[in-house]
Order: sequence, then C-alpha cells, then structure tokens
Amino acid sequence: MANFFSNYKKQFKIKYYINYIVLAVFLVLMIILSSTGILSRSFVNLLPKIAYSIILAISLNLVVGFLGELSLGHAGFMCVGAYLGCFISLQLHTVIDNVTICFLISMVCGALIAAVFGFIIGLPALRLKGDYLAIVTLAFGEIVRNVFKNLPWFGEAMGLKTSAIKMPAKELFIISFVLVIIILALIQNLIRSKHGRAITAIRDNEIAAKAMGINVTFYKLFVFVVAAAFAGIAGVIYGHYVTPITYSVFDFNYSIEILVMVVIGGIGSMNGSIIAAALITYVNFLLQNKLSGNLAAVRLLVYALILILVIIFNNAPALKPLKEKLSIKSLTSKISKKSKAPHVIKDDDVQWNRIESKIKMDEVLSVDVKNSDGAIAEKGDRASNKEGK
Amino acid sequence: MSDIMLRTENLGISFGGLKAVQDVNMEIKKNELYGLVGPNGAGKTTLFNMFTGVYQPTTGTFYLDGEELKGKTQEAINHKGIARTFQNIRLFSNMSVVRNVMVGLHNQPEFKCNPFVSMFHLPGHFDTEVRMRERAKEILKVFGLEEERNNLSCNLPYGKQRKLEIARALATNPKLLLLDEPAAGMNPNETEELVEIVKFIRDEYDMTILLIEHDMKFVSGLCDEITVLNFGTVLAQGKTKDALNDPEVIKAYIGG
Amino acid sequence: MSFMSILIDGLSLGAVYALIALGYTMVYGIAKMLNFAHGDIIMVGAYAIYSILMLHVHPFIAIGVSVVVCTVTGILVEKLAYKPLRGASPLAVLITAIGVSNLLQGVAQLVYGSTSRSFTIYDFGTVKVFGAEIGVGTILTLIVGAVIMAALQIFVMKTKTGRAMLAVSEDSGAAKLMGVNVDKIIMITFAIGSALAAFASLFYIIRIPSTTPTLGSMPGIKAFVAAVIGGIGSIPGAMIGGILLGIIEQICKNTPIASYTTAIEFALLILILLVRPVGLLGKRRREKV
Repeated sequence: MANFFSNYKKQFKIKYYINYIVLAVFLVLMIILSSTGILSRSFVNLLPKIAYSIILAISLNLVVGFLGELSLGHAGFMCVGAYLGCFISLQLHTVIDNVTICFLISMVCGALIAAVFGFIIGLPALRLKGDYLAIVTLAFGEIVRNVFKNLPWFGEAMGLKTSAIKMPAKELFIISFVLVIIILALIQNLIRSKHGRAITAIRDNEIAAKAMGINVTFYKLFVFVVAAAFAGIAGVIYGHYVTPITYSVFDFNYSIEILVMVVIGGIGSMNGSIIAAALITYVNFLLQNKLSGNLAAVRLLVYALILILVIIFNNAPALKPLKEKLSIKSLTSKISKKSKAPHVIKDDDVQWNRIESKIKMDEVLSVDVKNSDGAIAEKGDRASNKEGK
Repeated sequence: MSDIMLRTENLGISFGGLKAVQDVNMEIKKNELYGLVGPNGAGKTTLFNMFTGVYQPTTGTFYLDGEELKGKTQEAINHKGIARTFQNIRLFSNMSVVRNVMVGLHNQPEFKCNPFVSMFHLPGHFDTEVRMRERAKEILKVFGLEEERNNLSCNLPYGKQRKLEIARALATNPKLLLLDEPAAGMNPNETEELVEIVKFIRDEYDMTILLIEHDMKFVSGLCDEITVLNFGTVLAQGKTKDALNDPEVIKAYIGG
Repeated sequence: MSFMSILIDGLSLGAVYALIALGYTMVYGIAKMLNFAHGDIIMVGAYAIYSILMLHVHPFIAIGVSVVVCTVTGILVEKLAYKPLRGASPLAVLITAIGVSNLLQGVAQLVYGSTSRSFTIYDFGTVKVFGAEIGVGTILTLIVGAVIMAALQIFVMKTKTGRAMLAVSEDSGAAKLMGVNVDKIIMITFAIGSALAAFASLFYIIRIPSTTPTLGSMPGIKAFVAAVIGGIGSIPGAMIGGILLGIIEQICKNTPIASYTTAIEFALLILILLVRPVGLLGKRRREKV
C-alpha cells in the first residue's frame, strides 16, 4: 500500500486535477445559488442539460480525438440509453418508490445496454475506416431512431412517457454533475494510462501500432463500448429530465451537434469539450429564450452563422497569421512584454497536453482500407505491384 | 533446439498475376546479423511484410525458432517475437519519444494492467506506469536519446527518428529484429554510430537481426551473411564477401 | 398495387436519389469532402419552383429559374464557406457544411415560414403500362433522369473539362502541376451537382407536391446512402446505388413492415459496406507499408 502511494505521488500533477476542481466548485456554487433562490428557475432547469451535453461531448471526444475515428451516430447510443434505461426505470418505479434509486439502477442498465450497442457498432470499425465508418455510425443512429419510433412498448411515435420518473431539475443536476466528474475522471484515467497510449498509437499510426503488437481489435472495440456506455448514461439522464422521450430528438442533427461541441472545443481536448458543451448549450438556451415563435428561424440562422464563422476563423489557412496575432498567448506576452523564451520542457508528462491538440484530421478522414488477408490483395494494389517489379 | 532463428520454405507471394516474391529459401542463425540486399523493387520490403503478417504469403511458409508463423496476424507475430522498423518512418508522431518506447513495452508480461484497473486507478496502475517509464528510459539510454525523451517524436532529426524506431521495436522484446533500411538518410557519422548500436544490440540482447540495406559498405562491414534478391527471386546467398562478388550480383547491380 | 407499378415507381424514386447522389459523389470525388448541405439545395430548388409558380407563369420557366437559383446557390456556398477552408482539415469542412445546411434551412424558414406549402406543378394524369396505372410524372422522371445521367457520363468522359475533373479526382496535386485550374474545376463540380439537385427537386415535388424548410434532409441523407452504396466518388456507382435504394424503398413500403423502411435501408448500407468496404463500385486504396 505504501508503494501505491509513493507511485501515486510520482505521477501526481496538480494540473491533472484542475478540471475536476473547477467542476466541483461550479457544482457547489450552483447548489448554494439554487437553494438560496438566486438562480432563475429556467437556468436551474438548464443545468441537467448542460451536464448530459458534457458527458456526450467528452465521450465522443474519446472516439474522435483519441481513437481517431469519426462517429456521426453518438445520439443513437444516447437514444438506446434513454429509451431502454428509462423503460427499466419505469418498471422499477412500480416496485420502488424512490425515483433516485430507480435512476441509479436504470443508469447502470442503460449504460450496459448502450455498451452492447457500442460493441456491435465497433465491429464494422475493424473493417472500415474514415468516411465509411462515419457513414455506418450515421446509419446506426437512423436505424435506432426508426426502430424505437415503431416499437409498441415505447409509445411508438408518441414517445415514451416518463412523467412518473421525472426528477426535479433541482435534484437531477446535482446527480448529473457528480456523474460528469466521475465520467471525466474515468476517461482521463484511461487516456493517461498505457491503454490510452495504445489508443493514441492506433490513431497516430495503425500499421506501426500493429507491428508493436498492440491489439487494435480490442482497443477499437473497447473505446466504442466505453463511449457508448457513457452516452447511454447521458440518455438516462435525459429520460429523467424530459417527458416524453421522443425518437425525433436523437436525429442526425443531434449527433452533429455533439460533434460540433467536440470540434469547437478542440479535437482531443477534454477541457475544450467541456467548455464548448456548456457554452453551446447555454447559447442555444439564450437564443431559444430571446428568439422564440416567429423568430425561431432567426435562431437557426444565428446559430449556423456563428458555427460557420467560428470554424472558418479557426481553420482557414489564410487566416492563420491573424489568428496567431489574436491568440491569448501572444496577447499576454504583449502585455507582460516578455521576450519569447524557447519552450522548455521540464517534466515527464508535459507532452500529454500537446498530444491532444495535434491530430492530423486528414488521417482520420482519409479513406484507407486495409486487409490483412493477402488473398484479397488483388487488383488496384498498385503500391505492392510496383514493389514486385 | 536448433540454432536456426528464421527459416523460410519456398516463400512467395503474388498480387493478382504478378509474382512479387517467389521461392525464397533462407536460414538465419541465432544471434546472426543477416543482410537482405537487392535493387529497388526486388521484393525486400515485401518479404519483410510477409514476415510481419502485413501480407500473407501465397506459397511456402516460414518458421521462427521452429514455430510456423504463416497465417498469423501482425499483432500475434509481434507477440511471437518479430519486431520491425519501417522504410518510411512510422513513429507515433504526436507522442513524445519516451511514450513511443512505452507503446513498444505495452505487451510485456511485467507491465500487465487491466484497462479497468487503469480507469479506476486501482492499485497496480501507478506502479505499472512508473516502472514502464523507467524501463523506457533505460532503453533510450542505449540509443543516446535519453535527453530528448520529452520531445515530440516528429521534431527529432531524421537520424534520431530512425534510432527511435529501432528502440521502439526493441522494447517489444523480440527474438528477431527486422530493420528496413536503417541507415537511409543518415550522414556518415550517424551511419557509423548506427553500426555500433546494431552490433551492441546483437551482443547485449543476444538478438538476431535481419536488415535491408542499399549501402554496400554498411552491409559488408556489418552482416555475417546476406541474401541478394532480384525480381523477387534469390540471386545469391551466403557469406557476405562471397555473395557480393558473385558475377550474377555484379551484373544485376551494374547492369549488362 | 401490382409489382410492375411498384417497380416503375421505385425506378423513378431511384432516379431522384441518383440525381442527388451524383452531387454528393462528384463533390466527394473532386473536393474530397462530404457536402451535407447538398440535400438543402433540393429544398432551395423546391422553393424556387414554388415562388415562380405563384407568379402564374409556365412551369417550364419555373424549372429553368430553379436550375439557375440552385446553381448560383451551390457556387456561392462553395465560394463563401468551403473555399476559405481549402487545405484545412476535412472535419472542419464537414462541420461547415452542416452549418451551411442549417443556414439554408434558416433562410427558408424566415422567408416562407415553417409550415409546409402545397402546390402542384402540372397535373400529368396517369397512363396504363403493362396493365398497371402509373403516373405520367413518374415516367417522365424516369426518362428525363436517364437522359441527364447519360449526358453527364458523356460530359465527364468526352469533354476537356470532364477529363480535367477526372484528373483532379485522381490526384489534385498532379492535376495542378499539369495546368488544370483546380479551383475552377471544383466550382464547376459544385455547379453541376447543384443543377442536378434542381432537377431532383423538381422530380421530388412531382412525387410529393409540397415543400417545407426541412424538405431536403431526408432525401439528402438517403441519396448520400445511395452514393455510399454505389461507392462514393464513382459516378456510375451513384446511379446504381440510387436506383437500387429507390426500388428497395418502394418494395418495403408495400409490405407489412413499411414503417421500418428507413431502418431496412440503412441496415442494407451497413451490410453492403461490411461485404464491400468501399461500396459496390468504389476504388480500393491501400497504404504502402
């Protein structure tokens, strides 16, 4: 045990824990503010939504940012968790009166069921890459939606009525944010372990990872399963937050909205995902409040314009010099007027942060079909033909 | 146990109708430095790809330390004890140098750690991480890369990237190390250093090494035996000096 | 409904999908991006036809205007949203495409409201083919669709621009070095894709004569699926994929499990990709080790 703590100390870096601390402080602050009634009802109502958006964004980031596979069907896993988890919760509620206990049990069930679906969707990931895998995940999301729309046990097109297990936002947001912190810890622990290294190795160079004996099959499935389970938890939160659960929510656009959170926050950056998820959810809420009714169209317009401009500003090659000029780093260095000292790396783990922000997305999206079976390596294999000549 | 590390039997592969490699028979003894030479497109890298399971041979088979490895996946072959480097460097470019080597250590039995143990930070996780890092540093020391262990691997100069690839392959604790043009792009000083390192690895780790190289000086100074390939077939085989002086080999290289 | 009428209906729906899928596949082949805003070009075309028809002019003028409006929209979208991102990560372009899609829907909602507008272009009536009652509009869709696709194939194969398009899709860097103006080719691709979408919108509202701001979403995604089934990047693949999907959709819709049609179509996509990872006619690419 002493050994455990000494090794723990060796690995301990305060900056690893800052995001937990910030989230915990935020949670405590919200609890205090909501109990004193300073916060508006509508804002408290928004909090669980922010929580499950964060869970969705960080779990998707695990797939997109660290495994390097594009998933366009994350809402599908959430859908599975919401419908099946809450179905179980509803059944439980007939026996157990306490909704919170129902929630916790159904959360575990929802996560497990979503994990099974993650496994099923992970299987094509072994054969497909890039755009094609993205399309399979998109198809999965649509299939799930279509099936739940038609199954009689889940209220068909009317949706699953969950008013019996609906929890007041005032309580739900506390549980949800605790879950956010736990899930964030689990994901970060995973990434910062040898398994996380294996996963990022697969992303960086799958061929080399295989040659190093990394079990690519296992890790791809593992990441899909874990991400799906967390999305399932987000779904269960959703089901205890909104009634009824309708299939139309979990459409392709919702999957994309989660992806937008990940991309805006910075692919591979957990903190970025958290901030972006919270911010986008909040901005949407503001727009919804300010621009309702006939102005709903304006909301869509404003949202789309912000999205396009942010992406172009962040990514356009022509705007790079401008962006560097305006970046926080150069601004702060201007203020402090310090000469730019070359970046010196002192401790062993500093690099971890840099890994996160430097992903070649071209590789994520490049169509690249490999088969280990030599027999299928037939025509079109110009590279190897050249080699043989 | 015999003293043969790698043995191939009529190994060959064809892509469509094209026979890229055919009827390669070679035997590499344990602790031997073996060279694979031949003009561009002779099928050297294809042979490496078959040894490591990237391609599956269409004819013949090969044995590592008496065990047939044909038909195994890349991962399984690495577990059985073949590690390789790549002609076009394939480092995990967004990871630091030390992490690259730690990926190589991933499957070593002493660093076994269940993913759930890592996720929940159960006892064993930190211990494994600390020990892996120490081991990785030791390996880097051999290659003189210890100082740069925290740099991103893509920021290393070319020669050091090649060395890091060898270090990473070595970390998987192989019986047979395949080096694909390890001296390509190196300057004379670096090449000389590399020769020393390769010899050191062979002696220190009791390693069998098979390498592809174009630099004849490098090959003749380093390898005990070589196989010369041309158009996918064996042109000459045997002690380095003899094989290189074979009239067929000279003809293939100089033309005529 | 007799099998014959289902088949012909399926073929005509397939032609609509194929026309949209061509837009996806050409843009993917040449600009290497998934243009998710393509479906909304159909919606733009539908509203263009609706607006012109409100002026009580001949439907042909409406169709012509719709083609022009779609083409201009396509080019504008490319110039304003995608061109600044040339060379940026494909994921950024993908998100921008989603943004454009929302933007177009937002504009339509602002101008026309979110309720659907019903209208008829022209009452074509029906004819009897092999004993089955079939709408003339359906048959027209089939014929015009086939003609457009044949013309496109000839354009790509026989003209200088078409060959330049093939060259860019094969290797844009090399094409640039050979003197091909890649930017211009990409613009032309978007223009052609959008013009095809205008025709698709015409045929789509012949089938379902109403329009909403989200009209393009579902046919857009379905056509995208069709493009992938055929092998994205391949023009004949898009046609085959579209027609296959159209027929399957019509057959499913006439069985007891009609409500699961979407699920069946997407499941088919997954199955096809698992058997042929690059679609029916897609090109296999391999990384050299």
